[in-house]
Amino acid sequence: MKATITNALALALMLALASVARAGTLEDVQARGVLNCVVSVGIAGFAYPDDAGEWHGFDVDFCRATAAAVLGDPKAIKAVTSTGKTRFTKLNAGEGDVLWRNTTITFSRDVGVKLRFHGVNYYDGQGFMVPKALGVSSATELDGASVCIQTGTTTELNLADYFHSNGMKYEAVTIETNDEARQNYTAGRCDVYTTDASGLAATRSTFTDPDNHVILPEIISKEPLGPATRHGDDQWSDIVTWVLNATITAEEKGVTSANVDEMKSSKDPEVLRLLGVEGNQGEELGLSVDWAYNIIKSVGNYGEIFERNIGVNTPIGLARGLNALWTDGGLQYSPPFR
Amino acid sequence: MAAVPIENRGLISRLWGHQETRSVIVQVLTVAVVFAVLALVLRNVVINLEAIGKEFSFSFLSAPAAYDITFSPFIEYSSRDTHLVAAAVGILNTLLVAVCGIVAATLLGVTMGILRLSRNWLVNRIVYVFLEFTRNVPVLLHILLVHGIVVTTLPAPRKAIDIGETMFISNRGLYVPSPVLEAGSGIVIAVLVAAIVAAALFRRWAKRVQVETGKIYPVFWTCSGIIVVATAFAFVVMGAPLSWDVPALKGFNFRGGMALKPEFLALWLALTYYTACFIAEIVRAGILAVSHGQTEAAYALGVRPNRNLQLVVLPQALRIIIPPLVSQYLNLTKNSSLAIAIGYMDITATIGGISLMQTGKEMETMIIVMGVYLVISLLISFFMNWFNRSIRYKER
Repeated sequence: MKATITNALALALMLALASVARAGTLEDVQARGVLNCVVSVGIAGFAYPDDAGEWHGFDVDFCRATAAAVLGDPKAIKAVTSTGKTRFTKLNAGEGDVLWRNTTITFSRDVGVKLRFHGVNYYDGQGFMVPKALGVSSATELDGASVCIQTGTTTELNLADYFHSNGMKYEAVTIETNDEARQNYTAGRCDVYTTDASGLAATRSTFTDPDNHVILPEIISKEPLGPATRHGDDQWSDIVTWVLNATITAEEKGVTSANVDEMKSSKDPEVLRLLGVEGNQGEELGLSVDWAYNIIKSVGNYGEIFERNIGVNTPIGLARGLNALWTDGGLQYSPPFR
Repeated sequence: MAAVPIENRGLISRLWGHQETRSVIVQVLTVAVVFAVLALVLRNVVINLEAIGKEFSFSFLSAPAAYDITFSPFIEYSSRDTHLVAAAVGILNTLLVAVCGIVAATLLGVTMGILRLSRNWLVNRIVYVFLEFTRNVPVLLHILLVHGIVVTTLPAPRKAIDIGETMFISNRGLYVPSPVLEAGSGIVIAVLVAAIVAAALFRRWAKRVQVETGKIYPVFWTCSGIIVVATAFAFVVMGAPLSWDVPALKGFNFRGGMALKPEFLALWLALTYYTACFIAEIVRAGILAVSHGQTEAAYALGVRPNRNLQLVVLPQALRIIIPPLVSQYLNLTKNSSLAIAIGYMDITATIGGISLMQTGKEMETMIIVMGVYLVISLLISFFMNWFNRSIRYKER
């Protein structure tokens, strides 16, 4: 966070000086032996380093899944940390190979910032958190409130639109990182903290008194979060797309990290294609035949990744909700492996 | 070994042997290298932007910014305005904190510099310790420290410290009543301006009398008297055409009045005392550089200590102080770009932050931000250089 201007300048310079390394991301990654993932600087449950400096979390596990598919080793990742403001520049300048960083898919990012998005790994929406003591039960009662927001996110745009369309005023307290926003919120500099509902739950789980804060019922936006890559490398884009699809298909078919070896003798042809027992889908992607097997064996299917990091049995405590499989009334749905 | 006669050497080495030609060659080479590097960078930019299909254009400036900036004391701004307006808000906020910071840092710095020379051991040491602590900790930490203190130690709006039910101090800012001008206030303002002009004329006259006859008039008290009495008289005659908009707690926050926001306050205070410490050392050095003989000579002529400082020491010290002072002003202005750390919406936070992020125009926004800082810095330099020339020794 230190010296933002120099950071931003460095980013501008990066674009200026970075050698042209566009196509052939797969070859670059395989030659390097390490996958560089753009992740956040730290959000409980989604991406955070432990005491040993090892990265964990929902987004990090998808990064590991990508590494397992491409390199056969889920540990061969490097976390390129980025704030909301620097993430796309880092990706576009080639510092990261792929971005797994709770990033909302929008038109302007897809078209204007020149990113490729590859599906949704978390369906989210923007919510509000307030201290219980405030006695607020709905976002429509927030006229005149001071609101802490993270800069460089879609949330500040949604917030402006929401208050504007409801004819309410507010004081925007614009903060650069989640940590500082949390400090300002707990110090009472703002009445409300707003970000994606998942981020609110994650932030609340780090409080000493999580029970004294409520998340208001209004969800004011659609925030489909998903992975992104640069324009101009279709093969690499396909790989990231199908890494995500593989984890969802695996859950649909009941393939887990525990039973993946038995599933190799399944009677379901799609499972056999997924695990590389039949067909040559791995080779068509430019990967080994057992790429999806490696993902499921080392990281697990979508449900496992979800429950391990942010599910109801973790401190974050998020229900599957919209992120349940389509067969369970959710939105997670993978195109077929055919 | 005998030296080879110059006409027997190769053409290049003969040219190189000639001092003037050599310097021309070196300069041409230097220019060529600089331009080659620049061209390489530009080419890289063009190729890289093309490779990801980005166009270099400033047309995004006319699109709606879509984000809110709450702190905009000079122009009305809403999220429907364009990125260009957002940039203007940012520039004005940068200028505001830079100007306030420069004024306050100069006052505080000169005071501390003089106190640092005080014969009072305690005063001298306290200032010294404060100076050393402040100068040796990065300014970003000072900003975060002050902001942290303001936000965590001051009470929430509902428990705000209340001064006479008109001023309120809370962690959302310092709220004071704002004056509302009513009919007839124009005349009071006109009288005030006239009084200031009259005071200035008196000061000029008194100075001329002092130069010619040595007679000293109490200039400060007379000037203050003229301004205060005349304005107060006009104010009463016009029937006190002024009311106050007193802030009051409504809902979550105070409404009405004027507010000094904690972000601005923290940035301003931190930049002020940080820069003031450097200015204090510059002032001290400047004063110490004036020969002690000058002071003694003035005392021998019966000049009192206050007037001595004012008329003999400071004018000479000023000539030494100004040039390094300029770079402190520039530092303060540039350090104000750390504002984003605490959420003060300056130029780096608006166009160089949120707009950059929302439009993905890194090159364009950074060029704008750098251009703005460059222009502000050049203006400060230009003004201070002019000031420096005007107080230089007039050689007669």
